[in-house]
Amino acid sequence: MPADHPGPLSADAIEERLEENVETVLSSRRTAAGPAAELALVDKQTQNLVLDAVAVIASTNAELAFQFASHATKATAVLDSKQLHAWMIRAMDIFDTTGLHAAVSFLQDVDGFARELQVRTKSLELDSIQTILENYLHGLSGRPLRIGCAEQHYTDTETVFLPALCKRFESERDNFRLYKSMAVMCWAQTWYGTWQHTMIQALRDLSDSPQVLPWYHFFESRRLELLLQSELPGVFRDLLTLQKMTGYTRPHPENWSVLGKPSAGPECSLAMAEQHRHKPFPPDWSSCYDGGVELIQIQGIVANRLGKEKDQLKTLLAQWQDELNASAPNPNEQPPAQRRAFHINEQVPQDTTISLDGKPVTPPTDVKNLLTSIYQDLGQIPDEYLVPAGDGQYNENAPARDPRDVWKGTYHEEGAFLYHEWDFERQHYRKNWAVLRELDVHPQWDHFVDKTRTKYAGLIKQCRRTFEALRGEDKVLKRQPVGDDIDIDAVVQAQADLLSGMEMSDCLFTKMHKVDRNIAVMFMVDMSGSTKGWINDAEREALVLLCEALQSLGDRYAIYGFSSLTHKRCEIFRVKRFDEDYSEQVKARISGIKPQDYTRMGVAIRHLCTLLQQVEARTKILITLSDGKPDDWDSYRGQYGIEDTRQALIEAKRANIHPYCITIDTQAKSYLPHMYGAVNFTVIDQVHKLPLRISDIYRRLTA
Amino acid sequence: MACRKIQTTLSLSYILSLNVWLFPVQANILKPEEHRIVDEPYYEPIAEEINVFEAAYRNQLPVLLKGPTGCGKTRFMEHMAWRLQRPLITVSCHDDLTASDLVGRFLITAGETRWVDGPLARAVRCGGICYLDEIVEARKDTTVVIHPLADDRRLLPIEKLGELLEAAAEFSLVISYNPGYQSVLKDLKQSTRQRFVALEFDYPQQALESKIICKEAGIDQQTAAQLVKFAHMTRNLKGNGLDEGASTRLLVHAAKLMSSGVAPTVACAAAISQALTDDPEMLAAVNELSASVF
Repeated sequence: MPADHPGPLSADAIEERLEENVETVLSSRRTAAGPAAELALVDKQTQNLVLDAVAVIASTNAELAFQFASHATKATAVLDSKQLHAWMIRAMDIFDTTGLHAAVSFLQDVDGFARELQVRTKSLELDSIQTILENYLHGLSGRPLRIGCAEQHYTDTETVFLPALCKRFESERDNFRLYKSMAVMCWAQTWYGTWQHTMIQALRDLSDSPQVLPWYHFFESRRLELLLQSELPGVFRDLLTLQKMTGYTRPHPENWSVLGKPSAGPECSLAMAEQHRHKPFPPDWSSCYDGGVELIQIQGIVANRLGKEKDQLKTLLAQWQDELNASAPNPNEQPPAQRRAFHINEQVPQDTTISLDGKPVTPPTDVKNLLTSIYQDLGQIPDEYLVPAGDGQYNENAPARDPRDVWKGTYHEEGAFLYHEWDFERQHYRKNWAVLRELDVHPQWDHFVDKTRTKYAGLIKQCRRTFEALRGEDKVLKRQPVGDDIDIDAVVQAQADLLSGMEMSDCLFTKMHKVDRNIAVMFMVDMSGSTKGWINDAEREALVLLCEALQSLGDRYAIYGFSSLTHKRCEIFRVKRFDEDYSEQVKARISGIKPQDYTRMGVAIRHLCTLLQQVEARTKILITLSDGKPDDWDSYRGQYGIEDTRQALIEAKRANIHPYCITIDTQAKSYLPHMYGAVNFTVIDQVHKLPLRISDIYRRLTA
Repeated sequence: MACRKIQTTLSLSYILSLNVWLFPVQANILKPEEHRIVDEPYYEPIAEEINVFEAAYRNQLPVLLKGPTGCGKTRFMEHMAWRLQRPLITVSCHDDLTASDLVGRFLITAGETRWVDGPLARAVRCGGICYLDEIVEARKDTTVVIHPLADDRRLLPIEKLGELLEAAAEFSLVISYNPGYQSVLKDLKQSTRQRFVALEFDYPQQALESKIICKEAGIDQQTAAQLVKFAHMTRNLKGNGLDEGASTRLLVHAAKLMSSGVAPTVACAAAISQALTDDPEMLAAVNELSASVF
């Protein structure tokens, strides 16, 4: 055993251990001898550290593990053990997000990482302040902007890209100031019209003069600074501080005072940029918060958004007009056959007021937000935008957005939910690793529910009775200090006490105690391939019995199925939402529950907990119906899946959600106590008993 | 000498404590059904709400006030009570409020039972304005007590006395709620809401809100305008991490702190940010917003 060996490991021993992990990427010309020989020269503790890390990385990718081993000895010279671990985690994060090539490049530049660590003590990571900045930008006004990560900061009008690390200044406060200023300048570009449609067109027309764009950006930055001076003086003070700290003074080209006029718009900057088109733009004229420009990216996004938002607005206006007609003072009056156009009363960036038939109307929030966004792109709301879509034209030209379609063509993550996943070997989350979509179960109209109701008619009746008892009656509490009515018995006794010289009790009232079951329950049903056959039947029957019983109890409940095929394709199937009744549609969906692929439980738990958190209830329970261990086609099998699921359940408990598991896996006692805790699960040894037991379990759980 | 000094100190402190005991600082004791608001409560109308309320009052129609927290509903009620010179009896509803809490109950004094009117019965008897604040917080079985009062019968049945109390012509019932909660649990039943004339309240327009803050807190117009701008920023965050944006009431609080010499960002953090959220990241973002405005 290597651990028992007193001195450092020999090159041969190291090579042997490396080969165990990275054998698949070795060949006769590419052996582990080189890295092993280097590693033989360091002390034993470091050797073990590197070899353990190689084993961890190899569980994700053998090539990456080999590359790590090849650069590890050099790394140990400049990094301590904690930093070595951080180096490994960063490499794996890069591998997860960008791929092998980028991760290998990162490993090769170990000196760069060491330098970065040196400055990091004073620097600020974007990750740590991303939410603050996002909320901050959202508060400022206009279209909500996301924060993304890029080497140079710029905006594409939907996302503000900022560098991952800010290390320009010595203190964290100053680095935050810089981040904030960069973000505000990007926001100001979208809010004060820098990237209005007409400006983009004009800049594209002038693309043969490459100097126009940097000049335009320069003049715009100055114009925005002046606007911020009056609108957000606190931010302007920050900009001045940054200028002072970096020794920057904004240069003054001729005639530029025109930008300070209140009426100056982006067209002034463009006109001045055109005047300077023949002069090269001096790079040192930009300040540290000006950032860059990605015109082609902006153009694509603005054009795409304009089309989309026009359709959206027309649809929303049509719906709104229908609502206005329905709530008209005289409902007997027939609404006009055709929809009428709205008109603009006053165009201001955030509070555009509109009217219908000459009367001012207050638009709903979604219409208002859309009007603001369109105003940001066009600088006005054109009349043709205010004509509602005609009958049957809802979603006219809207792209087909069936979530099922995204798997057919090129893969993309638009509209999907991204969740972190816990990697127990790294002891770290894989960021945005699991991609999840919510789909509807395809309803199946085959009287499955009716058949089940007939089959278990006796049991349903019994369940209802027990559940009704659970609902609880209002109880009259006697001898209360305050209450609705007088407790005569107590008064008689108190009077007797008083007459006999004893102290009189003040508990003389009765009070009605109302039993209030404030419970929300989420059922998470395993729809993996292994449930095919009678397990699936038992699950569906169990759900029918539960729903029938729950109808009499009045608890709020939802049912969702889950399945997955690798972390890129996790699916949650809606059977019944919290706000839905137990309708025919829901019954058909229960019947339509069909086995799908695998069992990636962690992401499903995280998503359903998010849904559960949106419900207002005193007690929140997540009940999982499952037939086996967490499992998926990629590396989710075994301990990885169990540990991720356990971590997701810990997160749930932190959010005050009680998880519980009902399983038919007779082996479950070996892993469920670790995941759910010793008492939070039930193992049902025979599948056909599931429908009989489930209501009973639920009753015990919530009594 | 030292002894005498101690004695003097003791007797002084004794006299002082006696003084507090003999002449305690006392709040005014007012009987709600007799109290009339004398000074005009400051209120800036947003739209036609004063006319509509007066018309509803004259026609003996109950009124429902809808609007976010701190937008001036209660102040409006005080103002109307002053205008109409009627007593205003306010009940803040909560989920333990029972019908007896509203109508009345028997108490025991000197070995006898004695009936004590609840605030609703008092208002009905004295022809006052009964204002049930945040009515959705009350349980639904309590809410139905007001039904016979809220239609043309204008009766309050008191079962325990076997009486039917007919409301005086001056009596008016007003309820309020915040539709922003958007919770299934906290929604008003149709059978309740369809008995009322509804008045919708929202935060006032920018200029009006600044004017209100200037008047209430005595700060200059520019600072008031900056405060309103900050409030709008927090209102943009409603539903995106904040349950509610800053209300006019919070702005007045912050403005009062400022007029007492507290720095604007400190006043905003204490009176607004901390009142809006406990989430540290959201708190940081809101504080940055106030730092940007001032």
